[in-house]
Amino acid sequence: MTVSAQKKPALTVNGLVKTFDVSAPWLNRVIERKPRQFVQAVNDIAFTVPAGGCLSIVGESGCGKSTVARLVTGLHKASAGEIRFAPGRAGAPLSAQMIFQDPYASLNPRWRVKNIIAEPLRELKLRDTAAEVIERVEELLLTVGLSASDGEKFPHEFSGGQRQRISIARALASEPEFLVCDEPTSALDVSVQAQVLNLMRRLQDELGLTYLFISHDMSVVRHMSDRIAVMYLGRIVEEGDTEELFARPRHPYTQLLLQTIPNITSPRRDRELAAGEVPSPLKPPSGCTFHPRCPIATARCSAEVPAVRTLANGTRVACHLAIDEPASA
Amino acid sequence: MGEAEKAVIDVRNLQVEFPGRRATVTPLSDISLSIRAGEILGVVGESGAGKSMTGLAIQGLLERPGRISGGEIWLGNRRIDTLDDRAMEQIRGREIGAIFQDPLTSLNPLFTVGSQLTETIRLHLSMGKVEARARAVQLLRDVGIPAPEERVDHYPHQFSGGMRQRVVIALALSASPKLIIADEPTTALDVSIQAQIISLLRRLCKEKQTAVMLVTHDMGVIAEAADRVAVMYAGRLIEIGPVEQVLHAPRHPYTQGLMASIPSLGARVEKLNQIDGSMPRLDAIPAGCAFNPRCVSVGPRCLRERPELIAVGDGANACWLNAGGTA
Repeated sequence: MTVSAQKKPALTVNGLVKTFDVSAPWLNRVIERKPRQFVQAVNDIAFTVPAGGCLSIVGESGCGKSTVARLVTGLHKASAGEIRFAPGRAGAPLSAQMIFQDPYASLNPRWRVKNIIAEPLRELKLRDTAAEVIERVEELLLTVGLSASDGEKFPHEFSGGQRQRISIARALASEPEFLVCDEPTSALDVSVQAQVLNLMRRLQDELGLTYLFISHDMSVVRHMSDRIAVMYLGRIVEEGDTEELFARPRHPYTQLLLQTIPNITSPRRDRELAAGEVPSPLKPPSGCTFHPRCPIATARCSAEVPAVRTLANGTRVACHLAIDEPASA
Repeated sequence: MGEAEKAVIDVRNLQVEFPGRRATVTPLSDISLSIRAGEILGVVGESGAGKSMTGLAIQGLLERPGRISGGEIWLGNRRIDTLDDRAMEQIRGREIGAIFQDPLTSLNPLFTVGSQLTETIRLHLSMGKVEARARAVQLLRDVGIPAPEERVDHYPHQFSGGMRQRVVIALALSASPKLIIADEPTTALDVSIQAQIISLLRRLCKEKQTAVMLVTHDMGVIAEAADRVAVMYAGRLIEIGPVEQVLHAPRHPYTQGLMASIPSLGARVEKLNQIDGSMPRLDAIPAGCAFNPRCVSVGPRCLRERPELIAVGDGANACWLNAGGTA
């Protein structure tokens, strides 16, 4: 659908919806006469990830970006919509693996590293003999920049960055072509974050991986991705090429996001921002969900949900007021 | 130091140690810093570098068996590191305010925001109930909470994350302390809220002439909020100076590497600059300069001798490269 997806899409997502039931227990509902309550965590979103590329989903906490990651990897079942992987190398649908945010929680502390990495190999019966499994584990450890002898250690013997390398090795064990990375570096320190991001870029080049990258950090996203989708309260409000989105953000929310990130090179001190806060996803505002915080909102915005429009440069934006012409800078 | 008279807080050669069964670890050594009224000092470093520990030591909140084993802490004209727990209780809240990372855990969920504020106010300032409540409302207004007369009777869960952090700031300000120690005050918040809290903190600091120690790992926050920056590594200060200098013309190889490893919002580079390895554990700090295994310009002297902070221009850094001689 998108103009810039010259390459074949590795993943196509259409009309994806995820609703969570957050009602009180049955008895409470009866006694307190409360209705059932639902959260639309992901509300009718569509995107494609080009093969060998990287699409990032950014947004504030609670916007549904991690839910998208979990839907794509099948950890949640979608309420509606389709998630379609293109056929992979072997003709079978592309296999996806996931890298989680917290390298302290995602590795079993009682397992040796070699067993952690070998689990997908054994579970999916990807190698026939134990010797082959060990060989593959050592190969993976070297790929992510650890040494083969590290397989004998336990996770607690490693630092945060090294643990994230282990979870990357585990994700790569089943030779996936698609990696979903849910905030892979946000638990890491900056100097270590750079190591992990560099590793992920190198692996992408060497193994031809496709990434769906979830993050709230705009500078990390800018470094990693070809395209960026900005989510707000369960919807994608803008999706475009990385450079275009940073140079000419079209949606007021994207503009707000870019304005508010602390900038090291040219800090804007002594500014007061009256940008409000994210409303509760339980009671999203009517019309365009961003209208209570939007500086240019009109009456139409509070009444009508804006449709996603594709602009001439391939950016897709959900805003009544976004203009389809290059901004005169 | 000529500035010492004007400094609200003056930490001199602070050393903290934790005696253990096998060995004594020293999470902080030789920390010297001072903050003037109306100034924000940013303290940055990786996790485990000792930045939070510095804040806790100043407040007398070190967990046992940790103890201050050397140096002095002066709050105005009073030495506070030798005071007993009772005396420190008088100082905490009254003269040193604290803002912690997670606004949800630093407020009591069972009491209204107003009662928590008035309790703190009445504990430290001799005020009647009515007067204290009026001050609580005024504090909420100062930190930018809409309709404070109404909000004062609400419980913490009725506030959003950003608003809750504003309440915590109001709580820290309640007795008009001279010093506020803010430990990662924006880390748990979203970017758009983070920017609001930073500008609020900066405005209050300037208006009320409070000294602020802002502990964070986020260089962006430092760039936007701090006047001066102290960079910590493995329990020591390695560079300190005005924010523009430390961020844009860092002198210590660690600070240089750290700044270069942050993905830029401007130009996109193929490969980020990375500092290989990770910070040493406290029980395995190498001899000489603690950064020497990761340093790109390491010399023989770095392996033998530990560099002290050497004043260069407005700042100071601990690196043999800047000591005039060779590394």
